[in-house]
Amino acid sequence: MSITIEHLDHIYDKGTPYETKALDDVSLTIETGEFIGIIGHTGSGKSTLIQHLNGLIKPSSGKIVVNDFDITAEKVKMTDVRKKVGLVFQYPEYQLFEETVARDIAFGPENLGLDAKTVEAHVKEAMALVGLDYETMKDKSPFELSGGQKRRVAIAGVLAMKPDVLILDEPTAGLDPKGRDEILMQIKQLHRKNKNTVILVSHSMEDVGKLADRLFVMNKGQLALSGTPLEVFRESEFLESIGLGVPQIVKLSEALIKKGIAIEKEIVTVEDAKQELLRLLGSK
Amino acid sequence: MLRDITIGQYYPVESAIHRLDPRIKISISFLYLISLFIVKDIRVFGLVTLFLLMIIKMSKVPVNYILRGLKPIFLIIIFAFVINLFMTPGDSIFHYGIFNITIQGVYQAVFMVLRLVYLIVGTSLLTLTTSPIALTDGIEHLLTPFKKIGLPAHELAMMMTIALRFIPTLLEETDKIMKAQMARGADFESGNIFNRAKALVPLLVPLFISAFRRADELAMAMEARCYRGGENRTRMKVLKYEKRDVLAGLVFGLYVALIVGLRFIM
Repeated sequence: MSITIEHLDHIYDKGTPYETKALDDVSLTIETGEFIGIIGHTGSGKSTLIQHLNGLIKPSSGKIVVNDFDITAEKVKMTDVRKKVGLVFQYPEYQLFEETVARDIAFGPENLGLDAKTVEAHVKEAMALVGLDYETMKDKSPFELSGGQKRRVAIAGVLAMKPDVLILDEPTAGLDPKGRDEILMQIKQLHRKNKNTVILVSHSMEDVGKLADRLFVMNKGQLALSGTPLEVFRESEFLESIGLGVPQIVKLSEALIKKGIAIEKEIVTVEDAKQELLRLLGSK
Repeated sequence: MLRDITIGQYYPVESAIHRLDPRIKISISFLYLISLFIVKDIRVFGLVTLFLLMIIKMSKVPVNYILRGLKPIFLIIIFAFVINLFMTPGDSIFHYGIFNITIQGVYQAVFMVLRLVYLIVGTSLLTLTTSPIALTDGIEHLLTPFKKIGLPAHELAMMMTIALRFIPTLLEETDKIMKAQMARGADFESGNIFNRAKALVPLLVPLFISAFRRADELAMAMEARCYRGGENRTRMKVLKYEKRDVLAGLVFGLYVALIVGLRFIM
């Protein structure tokens, strides 16, 4: 599932005093199986961008091609697009509505017109992926669960549709550190296992730095930077100027370099830092 | 799609109409509505049109923006037009099967449509040029005399403020939930009435839950700031009549006098 975006513009409330340009000439390409991180400040256009990818909003101008399939063309069946591109919204637990967890997760696959057996299989699989026990959880009301569990149910609701491209908009917002780490771990495992394309939207550099192969940095509706986490984090001054930061561990490595300590490998994650520091200490 | 609703929306620009005291604007709008029902001759609507155009020009709100507010009631307008066109007895000018159009019918249909459109345009001008806070402030003041007979003016105004405050929030929320469910393959746009009603469940359940949650949070926040109703409450911005308000009142008085006068003459 490769995605190509060409010169995408989006203007909200055209012709009113509230008119705002949310996206300004965004062009990018995402290859099959990549783990992409999209980062940007609040209002930088990242949510608008991802909503275009499964046809929820139409571009003011520009073109989006998902796997040789122009989803911005007229007369495209949107259900086909949404089957391929699954989108988990911010705070997805607010979309739960069914009486039981299993039925809520089944809502998506049922809408795709799958038969009952396949739906059940998808539901079981999706619940396993997000770490929910099928037997104990399936008949519970989604409203009596904790915040973190609700979030998992909502994410499972999208996973159960088995999309080729999975987009997650701030999946860890408002969760405690433990819940955050668990969800991110599961997303990582999912990507490793299914080899599907994952797009993670976040404003946490730590999270995307740890997980993504490639990053896109959005600023004021424009694509400001792109590249591997390492390449992007090298631009720490620019990132700070647009209200973003680099992970603390990257700052640490920068500080070490400034002090003249010879770091051989550039550091992105805490794990990198640990190994590099151990190496340095060991060599003394 | 939900962004199209302009009824009750405020259009933030600086203009003479925006600066008017909300009390005078509310009173004028109220009397204006009555004046529309005093008009009995279609030619008098020419005067109403002039009056409205003058206000629209002064308010600096684009005309097409105001007309957009008519969209939701477009069906009602068409309905009123058709019913009046075919149901008014009189001299027939067109006859086919059960359809019978009379000259009086045409007159009546145009008349009713004009009245409906002017009702909406007039009232939306009030909300377009008055911020929700000013609006409720004005209403509270105008209702104060009725406090003596036990009318909870402050509470009513507070309820209105809160309701108006939450219209955009709930619209936004609806939009968000709708998109989230559409991303899960929900279809709100096709199927028969029964299917469409059923398709609303995944939208309405989360919406109600979130509305109750918001209400709860708001009540808590007000409680935490010691809100105890209107007793002994003072305000930061005290409403005061200015020269321009008197002028507006005089101009409107002239308009009403003309409307009433023309009714007796024509």
